[in-house]
Amino acid sequence: MATVALTVDRLSKRYRIGARQARQDTLGGMVIDLIRRPLSNLRGVRDLTTFAEDEVEADDIIWALNDVSFEIKSGETVGVIGANGAGKSTLLKILSRITKPTRGTATVTGRVSSLLEVGTGFHPDLTGRENVYLNGAILGMSRREIDHKFDDIVDFSDVGKFIDTPVKRYSSGMGMRLAFSVAAHLEPEILIVDEVLAVGDIRFQKKCLSKMDEVAKAGRTVLYVAHNMPAISRLCQRAILMGNGRVVQDGPVHEVISTYLNSGLGTSAFREWPDLARAPGGDIVRLCAVRVLDQDGEIPDAIDIRKPLRIETEYEVLKPGYVLLPNLYLSNEEGICLFGAQDLDPEWRGRPRPAGRYISTVWMPGNLLAEGMVFVDANMNTLEPFIFQYQSRSAVAFMVADSLEGDSARGDWTGHMPGVVRPLLKWTTRHLEPSHAESYQ
Amino acid sequence: MRQLSLEGDLVGEYVIAPAYALDALLVKRRAVIRPEHRGIVSNIAELWEYRELFYFFIWRDVKVRYAQSVLGIGWALVQPLFPMLIFTIVFGRVARIGSDGIPYALFSYTALVPWTYFSNALNDSSGSLVKEVSMLSKIYFPRLIIPLTAVLGRLIDLLISFLLLFVLMAWYRTPPTLWVVLLPVLILMTTATAAGLGLWLGALAVQYRDVRHAVPFAVQLLMYAAPVVYPTSLVPHAFRYAYALNPMTGVIEGFRACLLGSTTVPWDLIAIGGASALIILSIGTLYFVRKESDFADVA
Repeated sequence: MATVALTVDRLSKRYRIGARQARQDTLGGMVIDLIRRPLSNLRGVRDLTTFAEDEVEADDIIWALNDVSFEIKSGETVGVIGANGAGKSTLLKILSRITKPTRGTATVTGRVSSLLEVGTGFHPDLTGRENVYLNGAILGMSRREIDHKFDDIVDFSDVGKFIDTPVKRYSSGMGMRLAFSVAAHLEPEILIVDEVLAVGDIRFQKKCLSKMDEVAKAGRTVLYVAHNMPAISRLCQRAILMGNGRVVQDGPVHEVISTYLNSGLGTSAFREWPDLARAPGGDIVRLCAVRVLDQDGEIPDAIDIRKPLRIETEYEVLKPGYVLLPNLYLSNEEGICLFGAQDLDPEWRGRPRPAGRYISTVWMPGNLLAEGMVFVDANMNTLEPFIFQYQSRSAVAFMVADSLEGDSARGDWTGHMPGVVRPLLKWTTRHLEPSHAESYQ
Repeated sequence: MRQLSLEGDLVGEYVIAPAYALDALLVKRRAVIRPEHRGIVSNIAELWEYRELFYFFIWRDVKVRYAQSVLGIGWALVQPLFPMLIFTIVFGRVARIGSDGIPYALFSYTALVPWTYFSNALNDSSGSLVKEVSMLSKIYFPRLIIPLTAVLGRLIDLLISFLLLFVLMAWYRTPPTLWVVLLPVLILMTTATAAGLGLWLGALAVQYRDVRHAVPFAVQLLMYAAPVVYPTSLVPHAFRYAYALNPMTGVIEGFRACLLGSTTVPWDLIAIGGASALIILSIGTLYFVRKESDFADVA
């Protein structure tokens, strides 16, 4: 029988958000305001933490968490997903004891480590070695434990001979790697992790994911919050979807992820960056939109496995004169890359682009992808010289579904089918004469 | 089965699970996170549990403070040295303020040793939480550690500033009295006062940033409310006990009496100051413990 590692019972958290102050326009009003301002400032700041006994609803009150209850058994790996402001961070902060709940309780059994950030407490003036000890202590490791794991931590980080150099002389990637290595060597019974995997180069991310995998497989309880759906679906068996401070759904990870994606809250088949200044990209190209369309040009709920689809990438070229290489990576829920594809349109191949808006469309045949969620990373770089412009991870996602009508690669089989592609191949079967077969006996 | 042994409402206590598990004696910790304030006792007990982190923080504080500076720890000498030179000229030579028969330079430096420690410790600790705000919202550890680190980390500076004091005492041929054994008590009083005020002001500063502007300048003014540039013997006798409510009065006069033998040991000042220091420390700690759970919300 599995013990319960974490019980969250009707947890609620109330915050007061700053209400806008009225501005005075007349000179007299401004003078009076100048005198009154400190008083109203005092009230404003004081009210941040003082609430009337039964103050439940008001314009400036939000319930970041509202009556959240769930239980996690020891050894379970549970993902928490939800849009920004759904209450995920508040939940983690309460469970990490950074802030107090307004109501309700959480009971934690076992040694807890929480990682809401990597490299908390890292100081640029200290050497790598000193920071490992300091950061380890902050994360709750004892000095003996750090002594014991020190060589592993340094090995894992690839920092090598720079370990006795002040961290401020490190490249940002190196500092991050070292910080992550410390975190990766924590051995708590319960690990609470927030989106920290969104750091470092891809190779190192992979390394960290597999380390997390190890942690989960070692029977430890993990509560993991992230936007990276493929990682969540790979690491967790169960997921909790949050929305507006409440638990929307709690169940098997694949079900919860598809609810989330189909609710339009998470990654969907269509994404736009209306503000060019804040869109992904460098000074040459900015990403404007990515759309997954079915053969009728509609944005679908799910793509029929037999039907072709197209993915449009819309982008703005700000600086003319570069040969561009728009490309996509497709991966499935398990985070396995299916394939990469890049723009081969002969019209623009090897040709520097004038400034302006472009749409690159890739056409994919039906009967190519397997069923399930497909996540699309939209990438852009220039060719010769190679200048990276953007990599929008899981920019869009879509669901491939088989309607089981018998004319897909499944035929009449409705059970599990392995593999990341599902090509409809030509099969021939010959019936040999019985006499012919007997000659083999 | 294992669950049964975990019953019972123990907050932050160790619960012993049955020994059937692989690790023969499995000790699991169970903590309940609830809306109520935690008691001061469990708060202080937790400090002991996190003593290694406490040590690392103090070590970082000292190490980082003088990193990449030419004088390095020498700044701990310069800080009391220059005020001493200026006070000796302004108050000693020009204003000719009495100094209980002690050479003015020695008289004022002896006061500046604890005073510099006090003012630095108070400045650092009252600003410490605001400085570490990013950590407050990312990780849990006993919050008391942060301001206390600032106060204790300055003890190193205090020890260094003693070096110059001994040089001055040798130069003026002033041997210490036997009461020099009282020094640790006086230093403890200073630490308690700085910690008490630092905890209170540090917690206040998280919510009201005004504190950051007010403290350095208040500390500067406060110096004149302590017998740094003048002796207590110049204070009218009627005010003596009120004056002693400032713990630094007892500390500074105690320093002078123990090291220089300027007066007999002022037991009355030390007793009143000691009591006052204890009250300041208690109020500061109580206020801090009440406020600490809000830090991440208002910071």
